[in-house]
Amino acid sequence: MSKLINSLTLGFAKGVVKWRWLVLLFSVVAVLALASGGRFLAFTSDYRVFFGEDNPQLQAYDGLQDIYTKTDNVLLVIKPNEGTVFTNKWLQVIQQVTEDSWQVPYSIRVDSLSNFQHTIAEEDDLIVADLVEEAGGLTNAQLKEIEAVAQREPVLARRLISEDSKTTGINITLQLPEDDQIALTEAVEYAEGMAASIEKQYPELEVAVTGRAPLSNSFPRASQKDMGSLIPIMFGIIVLALVGFLRSISGTIVTLMVIILSVMSAMGFAGHTGVKLTPPSAMAPIIILTIAIADCVHILITMLHEMRMGRTKHEAIVESLRVNTQPVLLTSFTTVIGFLSLNFSDSPPFGDLGNIAAAGVVAAWVLSMTFLPAVAAIIPFRVKEVKDDASGFMSKFAEFVLVHRTKLLVGMTAVVVIMIAQIPRIELDDRFVEYFDHSIPFRVDSDFARENLTGIYDLEFSVGAVDSGGISDPEYLAKLEEFTLWLRDQPGVVHVNVFTDVMKRLNKSMHGDDESYYKVPEGRELAAQYLLLYEMSLPYGLDLNSQINVDKSATRVSVTLDNVSSENIRSLAVKGSEWLKLNAPEYMYADGSGASVMFAHIADRNIKSMLIGTALAFVLISISMVVALGSLRIGLISLIPNMLPAAMAFGLWGVFVGQVGLAVSVIAATSLGLIVDASVHFLSKYVRARRERGESPEDAVRYSFKTVGMALWVTTAVLMMGFGVLFFSSFSLNADMGLLTAITIAIALAVDFLLLPPLLLLLGGKKPMTNAVPQAAD
Amino acid sequence: MKSFKKLGFSFAALGLLALASPLLSSTAIAQTDEEKGLEIATEWDKRDHGFGDSQATMQMVLVNRHGEESKREMRQKVLEVPGLDIGDKSLTIFDKPRDVKGTAFLSFAKILDPDDQWLYLPALKRVKRISSKNKSGPFVGSEFAFEDLSANELKKYTYKYLRDEKCGDLECFVVEQYPTYENSGYTKTIVWYDKDEYRQQKTEFYDRKKTLLKTLVYSDFKQYLGKHWRAHKMDMENHQTGKKTHLVFTEFEFQTGLKDGDFNKNSLKRAR
Repeated sequence: MSKLINSLTLGFAKGVVKWRWLVLLFSVVAVLALASGGRFLAFTSDYRVFFGEDNPQLQAYDGLQDIYTKTDNVLLVIKPNEGTVFTNKWLQVIQQVTEDSWQVPYSIRVDSLSNFQHTIAEEDDLIVADLVEEAGGLTNAQLKEIEAVAQREPVLARRLISEDSKTTGINITLQLPEDDQIALTEAVEYAEGMAASIEKQYPELEVAVTGRAPLSNSFPRASQKDMGSLIPIMFGIIVLALVGFLRSISGTIVTLMVIILSVMSAMGFAGHTGVKLTPPSAMAPIIILTIAIADCVHILITMLHEMRMGRTKHEAIVESLRVNTQPVLLTSFTTVIGFLSLNFSDSPPFGDLGNIAAAGVVAAWVLSMTFLPAVAAIIPFRVKEVKDDASGFMSKFAEFVLVHRTKLLVGMTAVVVIMIAQIPRIELDDRFVEYFDHSIPFRVDSDFARENLTGIYDLEFSVGAVDSGGISDPEYLAKLEEFTLWLRDQPGVVHVNVFTDVMKRLNKSMHGDDESYYKVPEGRELAAQYLLLYEMSLPYGLDLNSQINVDKSATRVSVTLDNVSSENIRSLAVKGSEWLKLNAPEYMYADGSGASVMFAHIADRNIKSMLIGTALAFVLISISMVVALGSLRIGLISLIPNMLPAAMAFGLWGVFVGQVGLAVSVIAATSLGLIVDASVHFLSKYVRARRERGESPEDAVRYSFKTVGMALWVTTAVLMMGFGVLFFSSFSLNADMGLLTAITIAIALAVDFLLLPPLLLLLGGKKPMTNAVPQAAD
Repeated sequence: MKSFKKLGFSFAALGLLALASPLLSSTAIAQTDEEKGLEIATEWDKRDHGFGDSQATMQMVLVNRHGEESKREMRQKVLEVPGLDIGDKSLTIFDKPRDVKGTAFLSFAKILDPDDQWLYLPALKRVKRISSKNKSGPFVGSEFAFEDLSANELKKYTYKYLRDEKCGDLECFVVEQYPTYENSGYTKTIVWYDKDEYRQQKTEFYDRKKTLLKTLVYSDFKQYLGKHWRAHKMDMENHQTGKKTHLVFTEFEFQTGLKDGDFNKNSLKRAR
């Protein structure tokens, strides 16, 4: 069996060298055909892509939006350098901007201080008019009155006007075609253009642009920015690492070609399969670049080594392929399993990332088996003598480990236990504004809005009434009022937009503006007739349809929250629906939903879904380890260095950072496929030494360190740098994922070097290993 | 056509213009699109002159994006007010939903000024005058604005003829209309008038950013008093929100003897 495989590999290797031009041509044509899919690649910009179609929070929110008006929004936040906005000049500007905002593409509604529909009673006249009209001619007394009205009006206060009257907002409601990146960008850029021209015309104003639409639009922006900045950095690191490690210009060039072609293939594959790029999946090229290097390095190192030993180039290539085909296959296979398990994620962008990365790993494997040797056979290689002091260092390292094996075993076990014990310190938090760093304008503007005007996070309840038209029922209104008061009392709640405020205001106006009537009307018919009257007097776009359903049997309660953790959002949503269950009639039961609630559940849901995926990947990878190593015992020992690093990395994160989002759910699975490579290499050398050379466990450990120790240092360094680059992403999910993976890989090497050898000496058996099971890995 | 035009010119040259019917002269003389648009609308307006008063029952079905429906029922009485510069008077009495039964809405349409409007609230037993410039909000939560439903007055718009076009089985004039009222919710409407009877067959409404907002399709026309055509079905679709409203008229009656005295604050309370 092993002979058969050996001769097949040999035949294959010789064939590649012999038909090198054909192999080169064929592989390049195949890559180009695959890469042609790249033209279908597009960025998606809907924040909803982070949620699978059957995500219950998404379904709840979509359901709510179907009942009322499905909307995105842009919030323009305007603040003068000095003083309040209640001056003739600034109110005039607000009036003008309000007017101009109707021109934002896809806008269906504009709400501002100036076009707020103010109702006043004069005897039996009900006057409904804009709160601010002809701002230029307002007297001081009128300005004061407008300020008083705005600050008293629950619809405006802390939503469109700050408590100190120094900041105001203009909310533009958009009705965007679904998943239409161009429409979204058009609308957001129009609003940004407006903001810029206001600031230009009035340098003493600061204008920020936030809201759901700018949020969505920031996803592709962050991806493009990252691709533009991180990929060049990545290439720089790769070139340096390759030149340093291979010390061969030709080797560096051919490796670069392989990794570029691998990325092209993977991205083309993504295009062909219709994947839409999101910040996570747009990171795939960097990950592929990192991983693809390993295959090339292994093959080139052996080849160069053989050439230094005096073989001809073609002989060296054949020998390199012979010894490397199986380990490279195995490590690629385990990496692919790790990435494919991301399909278990509840958040489709991570599944996409996994699939693209897996395609890239397969492409890298195929190319390093075909294209790489073919090109190597064609282009000239110069082999320089290199002083090799690496094995000397590693030998000393091996002696150190052997001498201190007991201390290491105890010490490392303690370290492992302590680190893992810190995992509960991790706090899951997905505040989507903080997904973006300060290089993305959305983050800066949203922070500005939060600090000066209102919150960014939202929570919505669709509260049903007893029957058609039931929203006018006094019992309903009273209960809704009670619920609102309770909500306004909760920590973190900045604003509650609720239908009862409209009713109270109308009731007052219908009673000659008598303050004592600022309460919900007492009769159902009365309330219904007020509502009819009010609806008749509203202008275009400022209707109540976004707040009341068509049957007048439910209203929408919109809660705006301060910068609270997603844990708090989730608990408020739960407490809100519990309050209704406890205090309100059954027809009023409602669950809290909204984009923030969706993100508040995303990490939890993903961790749960990824547990299965990760476990499955782990089982598959472990089985392939057992088969490859040909030893159940060693295979079982390998579980320890494969399983511990991710857990330890989480513990470390818990101590030093604490807060983590969605990214955490995919770390175990992705890093598993990578860290396993190191233990495969170490253990396979160990097994070979025991089995083929009949060495003692101690000598086998020495052999492992000497033969692969240095290579593991280097591949670990490359992987750490590659994933470390992601740390500089403007998108925190990517940064967290990159950093956590880099930490995991570093810990994995420490475990492989410091814990695995003592374990092997303790549990690896003393009897010589003589069974002639095929040795898959080298 | 060419010879017709020449004929027209020669009439003009002879100073006999006054003799020609207004219709003939305006088609005959080389005419701008604005003039032709106005001429079509004038003809439409003229053909409905003299209906006196009318009464009808209206049923409204509101449909949201989800397909959920809600019904409203009301009766409308209209009194024709002659003269181009003043609008008709209308009285709308709500029957359904139950909670607003008996609520009555009186409106004196104006052209360039806000309408005079009063509402009687039976629960409050009082008439309230509504002072508002707004005519463009949704009428009882539907996709119709009050300005879409209120009496058609020639001077509410300026006109521009666009083209001839088939509309269903008929041939239509397509006319672009620009609201003269400052606080209209629209920047323009495009109206299809059939050439046979000058009935409005379809209207497109364009919002403030000049994008298509709604389409109204009129159907089920019947003629009354041998002269006045009325659509018995009006279907409005909002293209931006996906919501729809179907409006069905039944029991149209003309010249029922309504008088000015039936359209004032006092009559509001009596309206049932």
